[in-house]
Amino acid sequence: MRTLFDHVSRDAADGVFPVCDVPSRKADDVLGAGVARARAPRIPNLSEGDVARHYTRLSKLNYGVDDGIYPLGSCTMKYNPKLNEDVARLPGFANVHPRADEALAQGSLGLLYDLSEFLREISGLAAVTLQPVAGAHGELAGMFLLKRHFEERGEPGRTRVLLPDSAHGTNPASAAVAGFSVSEIRSNDRGTVDLDVLRAELDSTVAGIMLTVPNTLGIFEENILEVTRAVHDAGGLCYFDGANLNSFVGRARPGDMGADIFHFNLHKTLSTPHGGGGPGAGAVAVSQPLVDYLPVPWIGKTGSGYRLDWDHPKSIGSIHAFYGNFLVAVRAYAYLLELGDSGLRAVSENAVLNANYLQERLKATYPLPYDRLCKHEFVLSGEGLPNGVSTLDVAKRLIDYGVHPPTVYFPLIVHEALMIEPTETEGRETLDRFAEIMEAIAREAREHPELLHDAPVNAPVRRLDQTYAARHPVLSYPFDEGESAAP
Amino acid sequence: MLGAIGRASVDELFSDIPHDVLTAYRPLGLEAHSELEVLDELTRYAETNEAAKRVSLLGGGIYDHYVPRLVGHILGRSEFYTAYTPYQPEISQGTLTAMFEFQTLICELTGMEIANASMYDGATALAEAVLMADRIRKRHRVAVAGSLLPQFRRVLDTYAWAAGIELLDVPFGSSGRCAWDRAPSDVSALVIQSPNAFGVIESLDGLKKRLGDALLIVATYPLALGLLAPPGAFGADIVIGEGQSLGLPMGFGGPLLGIFATRMEFLRQLPGRVAGRTVDADGKVGYTMAAQTREQHIRRERATSNICTNSALCALAATVYLASIGADGLRHVAELNLAKAHYLADQLARLKGFQLAFDGPFFNEFVLRPTEAAGVVRRRLADAGFLVEDSAELEKLGVKNGLRIAVTERRSKAELDCAVAALGGKR
Repeated sequence: MRTLFDHVSRDAADGVFPVCDVPSRKADDVLGAGVARARAPRIPNLSEGDVARHYTRLSKLNYGVDDGIYPLGSCTMKYNPKLNEDVARLPGFANVHPRADEALAQGSLGLLYDLSEFLREISGLAAVTLQPVAGAHGELAGMFLLKRHFEERGEPGRTRVLLPDSAHGTNPASAAVAGFSVSEIRSNDRGTVDLDVLRAELDSTVAGIMLTVPNTLGIFEENILEVTRAVHDAGGLCYFDGANLNSFVGRARPGDMGADIFHFNLHKTLSTPHGGGGPGAGAVAVSQPLVDYLPVPWIGKTGSGYRLDWDHPKSIGSIHAFYGNFLVAVRAYAYLLELGDSGLRAVSENAVLNANYLQERLKATYPLPYDRLCKHEFVLSGEGLPNGVSTLDVAKRLIDYGVHPPTVYFPLIVHEALMIEPTETEGRETLDRFAEIMEAIAREAREHPELLHDAPVNAPVRRLDQTYAARHPVLSYPFDEGESAAP
Repeated sequence: MLGAIGRASVDELFSDIPHDVLTAYRPLGLEAHSELEVLDELTRYAETNEAAKRVSLLGGGIYDHYVPRLVGHILGRSEFYTAYTPYQPEISQGTLTAMFEFQTLICELTGMEIANASMYDGATALAEAVLMADRIRKRHRVAVAGSLLPQFRRVLDTYAWAAGIELLDVPFGSSGRCAWDRAPSDVSALVIQSPNAFGVIESLDGLKKRLGDALLIVATYPLALGLLAPPGAFGADIVIGEGQSLGLPMGFGGPLLGIFATRMEFLRQLPGRVAGRTVDADGKVGYTMAAQTREQHIRRERATSNICTNSALCALAATVYLASIGADGLRHVAELNLAKAHYLADQLARLKGFQLAFDGPFFNEFVLRPTEAAGVVRRRLADAGFLVEDSAELEKLGVKNGLRIAVTERRSKAELDCAVAALGGKR
């Protein structure tokens, strides 16, 4: 795989920046001895055309939502309107410094305010912060809020957070980074929280529970009201991981289910393509008792406009340098305007319909450990495939068919998990085609298992040795060895 | 499709949500809008931002740098921006190769052995660096230069509170440089930023030795590293920074790009994702995520950080930015910043009633101290069309009546002369 560093430098000026129109200064003279750099960084000097071709070539080695279905469970890889990309690039949004006078940034402040009002209503809670810049960052912010709440209430002994085994993967780490210990709650055989197990865990050391709603099996906790009531009765609070909001947006609100803290993944539910792994945004909504602890600055509204409001002494402080991922907020706001109430309702309707449609068809071919109504995603198992074929083999064979595989080996409570989230933007034709491919692969597993063991053969590279990469890390370009050096 | 799954109605699909919850739902009262209407409405918000039309002398961690056009065109390729985290490396070699290039570029700039594939922003990267240092040294005390940018300090305060780490201030002197010879001992790490909140380049020579086994965490400004010696050359253990200067718009403060580099010996403690080189089944070189210490499929509360998705597309922007300008272009743009900032500083310091607040060396940003009230001076610059930060942020650091002024490659001599004229100088 040819990298930037394998290109030969050209002997030409960059052509990007002008010649200096003020007296030039020598770094050593201005800065004093020992401050300037002795050796230039090893970055080749290339023409714009060289660079354009290099990255265009790299882009063609990727698969994105614009290439086809991307049923990566838990990630909501839906198609997002191009308009949202374009409005985020408007110069009036892109070229504003975060410390410009508030009076000169009223458009940005107003948009943040208006978006948080919509999000507040969608959540059914009391107030929203847009500062968290990712889902996991929202989780962390939520755990900070939980911590501050019990500090303020004089209950520092509440140091434990309960986590169903069907919760999102980053939840335990978020709780741990905020200084909580984690106790896992086993699911029952219906894939939901076991109320007896939960009640047995609840005591005065519990700060709260982190629920993924619906959970990572794609199952809605039918007993959600009993779960949140039990936690509240024990003096704890309820954190809802909102990564799966796609499945009930427009028809149900976390605040009405007993949530005290709820994080949105704006990039999942409300547009912003995933960028190869960010940037996203993780707005957090809270119930009334937690409002005072929200991070500063808040976006305030006065008679004359919008302002940054720092005066909240009980706040946890700041969790981002500025006001979160503003340009992601722009996309979310545009998307909300496009959808309106009817569109929001259609999101959850089609997300759930598509998932159930695929689930119903594929369960004839692959085991479905929790066979019941699902929400926006469902989890099949590759266990029991013949001829030593694993879920990983199925995933790699999907690549040969030109389809992105689902999330695999997660959630952990299903062996050989295949976690499928079709999203609301796929049509029936695409779903049928995906199902046909999955069925064809199951046949191949019986009749030609080598096709799966050897897959992919129809990709830029064959199966990569990830274990080797972990054990023998080569994490930057080996300048002494060059392009072809195998690790 | 409902029929195909044996359901009579859409409502049946939501029968697992308690009835009381469904009936409590209140719509937003929001109509659906056409593409054209939304474009017009969003344009109206954008046009209300007068700041985008002024000449920026704002800095303090975010700068009005020029982004080569190619960056936007590459970022606009949907194969990059509509993909996700490269869980399936065989169809993600574009993202993974670019991550590997990014890590290499950050190592080259910072003089460090390994870098991750990005963090949320500079401030959260610093917070993660402090958590990491404290995991390694476990003293639960960290010394922090008083010349650190306040927005970095605010975020660090929050994370340190939650982690039970005490932060100890280290004062700065009249040069604007951190007086690290007065740093407390028995700490897990010392945090220092260069150039710092005043634009002053810190003196790092000898600091590592002074610290003993405490880790040296340096916050850097990557574009300045086109000219400045890399923190790795001074023995830094962790280098973090805000990468906005490398091809990102200011965007009202986000998305940004956290950079994070360290020594190979700390790989197991490194937060965030890392791409590594490996081979495929045919022995051909390819790239994959390596050292996944906190991915979803490992056991979970043992994770060293909860960082998952971060700023991959911003890291791609930085990669394409650096590729577009090359080593020569990076030096060139850094020299433009240096020359223009010093030109303006020299012109202003010649005016009666103006001096620089600090005498330490600076890169593209300095603190001006007028004799008259800073607010009055700021107003005159604003009337001439310039954006200058108010003095409040510096006052939080104990600097009175100072105006922080940043000058990037985008500012022409004519603009700078205009600023000088607005403050009484000759045009």
